[in-house]
Amino acid sequence: MERLSLAVWKFSSCDGCQLSLLDCEDELLALAQRIDIAYFLEATSAVVAGPYDVSIVEGSITTAHDAERIYEVRRQSKALITIGACATAGGIQALRNFADVRDFTRVVYASPEFISTLATSTPISAHVPVDFELSGCPINKQQLLEVISAHLAHRRPRVRAHSVCVECKRRGNVCVMVAHGTACLGPVTHAGCGALCPAYDRGCYGCFGPMESPNTASLSAELARQGAQDIDLVRVYRTFNADTPAFRAASEAHER
Amino acid sequence: MSADRGTRTIRTDYLARVEGEGAMYVRLEGGEVTDVKLRIYEPPRFFEALLRGRSFTEAPDITARICGICPVAYQMSAVRAMEDACGVQIDDGPIRDLRRLLYCGEWIESHSLHVYMLHAPDFLGYAGAVEMAADHREVVEQGLQMKKAGNALLAAVGGREVHPINVRVGGFYRAPRRRELAALVGPLEAAREIALRTVAWTATLEFPDVERGPELVALSDPDAYPIDRGEIVSDRGLRFAPSQFGEHVSEEHVEHSNALHARLRGEPYLTGPLARYTLASDRLRPLAREAARDAGLGPECRNPFKSIIVRAVELVEACDEALSLIERYEEPDAPAVEVVPRRGTGHGATEAPRGLLYHRYEIDEAGTILDAQIVPPTSQNQLAIEEDLRAVVAAAIELDDEALTLRCEQTIRNHDPCISCATHFLELTVERS
Repeated sequence: MERLSLAVWKFSSCDGCQLSLLDCEDELLALAQRIDIAYFLEATSAVVAGPYDVSIVEGSITTAHDAERIYEVRRQSKALITIGACATAGGIQALRNFADVRDFTRVVYASPEFISTLATSTPISAHVPVDFELSGCPINKQQLLEVISAHLAHRRPRVRAHSVCVECKRRGNVCVMVAHGTACLGPVTHAGCGALCPAYDRGCYGCFGPMESPNTASLSAELARQGAQDIDLVRVYRTFNADTPAFRAASEAHER
Repeated sequence: MSADRGTRTIRTDYLARVEGEGAMYVRLEGGEVTDVKLRIYEPPRFFEALLRGRSFTEAPDITARICGICPVAYQMSAVRAMEDACGVQIDDGPIRDLRRLLYCGEWIESHSLHVYMLHAPDFLGYAGAVEMAADHREVVEQGLQMKKAGNALLAAVGGREVHPINVRVGGFYRAPRRRELAALVGPLEAAREIALRTVAWTATLEFPDVERGPELVALSDPDAYPIDRGEIVSDRGLRFAPSQFGEHVSEEHVEHSNALHARLRGEPYLTGPLARYTLASDRLRPLAREAARDAGLGPECRNPFKSIIVRAVELVEACDEALSLIERYEEPDAPAVEVVPRRGTGHGATEAPRGLLYHRYEIDEAGTILDAQIVPPTSQNQLAIEEDLRAVVAAAIELDDEALTLRCEQTIRNHDPCISCATHFLELTVERS
């Protein structure tokens, strides 16, 4: 059987999405028999030089050095898959895109001149062509296995772009917004988590980012009707996927 | 790398099997170690800045994203700090038990990952766990089985393994049912057996005979091994409340690192498994205490290479404690207590798997965050790790560059640094002269 070489790259991130691969306790050793882990620093110090069949990229671009490094990763990779909200949307650190990064630096560091950073945090797709984006903060590890399996089988991954609402119906959750008046981003949020928060009596907080056709205006109106103030609406859209076009527009619509 | 008698530089630009991005640089001149730097170049993400203007209720979910390996630690320090700011104390009862249970899940997951996948390959001479599995498949498989039990606990109480969704200021969104936790008993009992075997196995590894001197700092819980609460104590007699953290610990910003360096009254100090064990081995549950004794650990341990045994002992403790918490669990009447914001400052300190994690928040009467300070374990340990590196290099100067680099990398991994956390945080270079 054909063996794929796999590289796992990290940019600005929390490591949680690449950890998801190590969290595949039942599948990891079997997977390692089907693919060559050629570059995965969190797991091994053995490094095989490129090119690679598949690169999995975690993290966003926040430094000039990383903006260069991603070109080299792309050049070395037949297929490039981005995983997680940082790589697909800029992540929580993209909140700097709504502020002045110099102010941010001064808040955290006594000597801002030592810090080299870009003014923005941007997704990988803003820099190089990406073959597949897997969203989530963090990603769902079963979806990651599906994406890798699909590559092994030369087919498109089965990852649905409908909303969390559909997952709620399938799971048999009671709608937390209709039944309890709990603010929920499920109607505009990309599926993938399995409607986790509503299953825990909590409203979805949008960690998988916007679904394929999000009607944020309609959802915002309903949330406002239930008592959300403008500042609440800005906050709910402005978290881990804040700088996606749909969520950016939705938050800015309520910013004065 | 040069091996002439003049200047030698040992460097690793991308440290492997650590969480996040760091590098190491060591410079030797005429047999003297003249410079040691643990460089943390992981890009800064500015959490303390982006928390300003957010609601106090958002801190646990936002700060979890600092670290995918120990998100529960961030959530727990955050909720404790916010509850402190609002005058709410949750120090006993089912909500506190559930928090401790969730935290046990993270210790089991993180320590299993470190012992078997990041650290053991150093002792057995492999590049990683997958390579190690080719010769020691059963060893790696039992590590993965234990890790899986930790993750199952995280998912049952927290909703998922990475960035759990069920934690809120005041408690949880939904308290697990007794039967949901009952399903964890079998896997946790099996994990506890594996943890006991892990203590015995790690004790057979070869360790350099070293002791390190930095002040050891950990939480002190009067009733238990420190995990989720307590005063901050040291092996030199210091004792203070988390609210006094700022009076004792200063953070400095140095050019070679995106992690701030913390000092305790001006000196390097060490938090984490060695500190916890040395300061609280008498509060381990009997099973873990016996396992430590049988493995030949005294009541204290200051050899960083032996941290792998201490982590294994803590794995026994976390599995045993989790089973005890599940056994006595009664579903609470409400999953959370109400926390009403008020103007004030709150402090929270808990024990992440790799060491003490401190949060401080100032909030206004509406609960809006005005100021945030987060001091992760690796920031606190960074200077002690550099001192450790210096001592290791001085003692192993006769090694060739390749062997010395490996020894240095192992020295760093001994401390399970989490670089993603510490950025406001790592790169290895050794230069010889």
